[in-house]
Amino acid sequence: MQPILSLRDVSYSYHNLKGETPALLHISLQISEGSFVAVVGPSGCGKSTLLSIIAGLLAPEEGEVLYRGLSSKDYCADTALKIGYMLQRDHLFEWRTVYRNVILGLELTHSLTKENTDYVLKLLEDYGLYGFKDKKPSELSGGMRQRAALIRTMAVHPDLLLLDEPFSALDFQTRLSVSADIANIIRQTGKTALLITHDLSEAITLADRVIVLSRRPAGVKREMEIHYEISREDPLAVRGTAAYQAYFNQLWEVLTDDKTTA
Amino acid sequence: MTRQPHKTPPPVSAQQESFLRAHHRHHHRIALGRLVLLLLFLGLWETAARLGWIDSFFFSSPSGIVKYLGQMLVDHSFFTHTGVTLSETIASFFLVTVLSLFTATLLWYQNSLSEILEPYLVVLNALPKSALAPLLIVWLGTGANTIIVAGLSVAVFGSIISLYTGFCQVDPEMCKLIYTLGGSRKDALTKVILPSSVPLILSSMKVNIGLALVGVIIGEFLAARRGLGYLIIYGSQVFQLNMVITSIIILCAIAMVFYKLIQSAEHYYKKKY
Repeated sequence: MQPILSLRDVSYSYHNLKGETPALLHISLQISEGSFVAVVGPSGCGKSTLLSIIAGLLAPEEGEVLYRGLSSKDYCADTALKIGYMLQRDHLFEWRTVYRNVILGLELTHSLTKENTDYVLKLLEDYGLYGFKDKKPSELSGGMRQRAALIRTMAVHPDLLLLDEPFSALDFQTRLSVSADIANIIRQTGKTALLITHDLSEAITLADRVIVLSRRPAGVKREMEIHYEISREDPLAVRGTAAYQAYFNQLWEVLTDDKTTA
Repeated sequence: MTRQPHKTPPPVSAQQESFLRAHHRHHHRIALGRLVLLLLFLGLWETAARLGWIDSFFFSSPSGIVKYLGQMLVDHSFFTHTGVTLSETIASFFLVTVLSLFTATLLWYQNSLSEILEPYLVVLNALPKSALAPLLIVWLGTGANTIIVAGLSVAVFGSIISLYTGFCQVDPEMCKLIYTLGGSRKDALTKVILPSSVPLILSSMKVNIGLALVGVIIGEFLAARRGLGYLIIYGSQVFQLNMVITSIIILCAIAMVFYKLIQSAEHYYKKKY
């Protein structure tokens, strides 16, 4: 099957007057439809740059990004792959109600149809936010805010979800439940997701495949498939399995190995 | 017939009650202190004038001011002069607000434009605007136009700079969110920059109304036949100090009313959001 996203030999550097800093070096990877992929790597290795390039906010200096086999120049807006991007912080606007926050994407793409707003209302109901739709974002808890941000992303029916450490601002307890919660929602809807994180446990609890990046300039160091015998609904149960421990140790070795060679 | 039971207020603990009492007492004391200070000042002024400690010809007196104010009300000159100053101030305040919002938006939208204009804005902002007044009289003649432009020139450059700086300080991640959702730079402006800058815009309006008043009075000193600024200059030339000080007091009142108006707009906004 055609991968939903493939990167071919992508490189990117940041430039300033003092010189250039290579961030990504010859990155190639493929993501198949419906999979949940996590990208881990040392902090500051260029993970966010990678997401910005995939989202089309930055153009790669070398190489190309293909969406279902087409480059961004080849398709017109109607058939374009829709990409949803969840940022580190939820950035719900305090001057809008929760509802007006979650329809922001529809508003910006001029697609506020009855069908779409009904879908948003259904999402609000499914994720337990319907009663809060006319409240201000500051009245929501951290987990609810993250769910509202997810609805805002999902409202535009994205084919591919990019998650840029969306749980890093939450406290540990909330983080555990919200990350499992959101991963379940994404699995149920059959969306493809690419999660960036520096938390190894989070990566191997949530993802089907983990891609390890090397230090800056980042390249793909290792790819690991993750399988569990049990369902992933309960993050604590997953974290208790022997397989989890094995994956964790394996991943840890790959990452620390990186440090000694650097 | 049954009576509707009264809704009982939630029970308040004794500690909370004493806290509330102390809070009210504190506020009453502050208000009382302010009033006493004013009365003491007026009383001392009046006594000093009556007993000849100061020459009331030069220093006027509260009773003289009240008398003069009454006279102004009777011959309607109060309404003419105050009305002229008020309308000129409002016009120039309105122009400052519109022009500075428009320019700051344009500068945010066009990065290179703001880089080009930056040194000019800094120089124009630092320039003492009263130096421009004689020039304005030559160009625009004596009258309302000159005075409104004088008010505008005092406030507009600082306002542009502060609004533009504020626009640039909005979290860039919020704009990134707009771009990830398929929005353009124009969307970032209307959905993020402007709505998140409302408190900034209101506080800059608070500064602008004061500055517009300063500019209008400078303008009236030099190029008017009506208005409070004219009365002040005229009164000082003919040694009518009652006229001068009464005009200054009316100006104080105007400044306070404007300030309170914008402050209540701020409160309204805070309550709503």
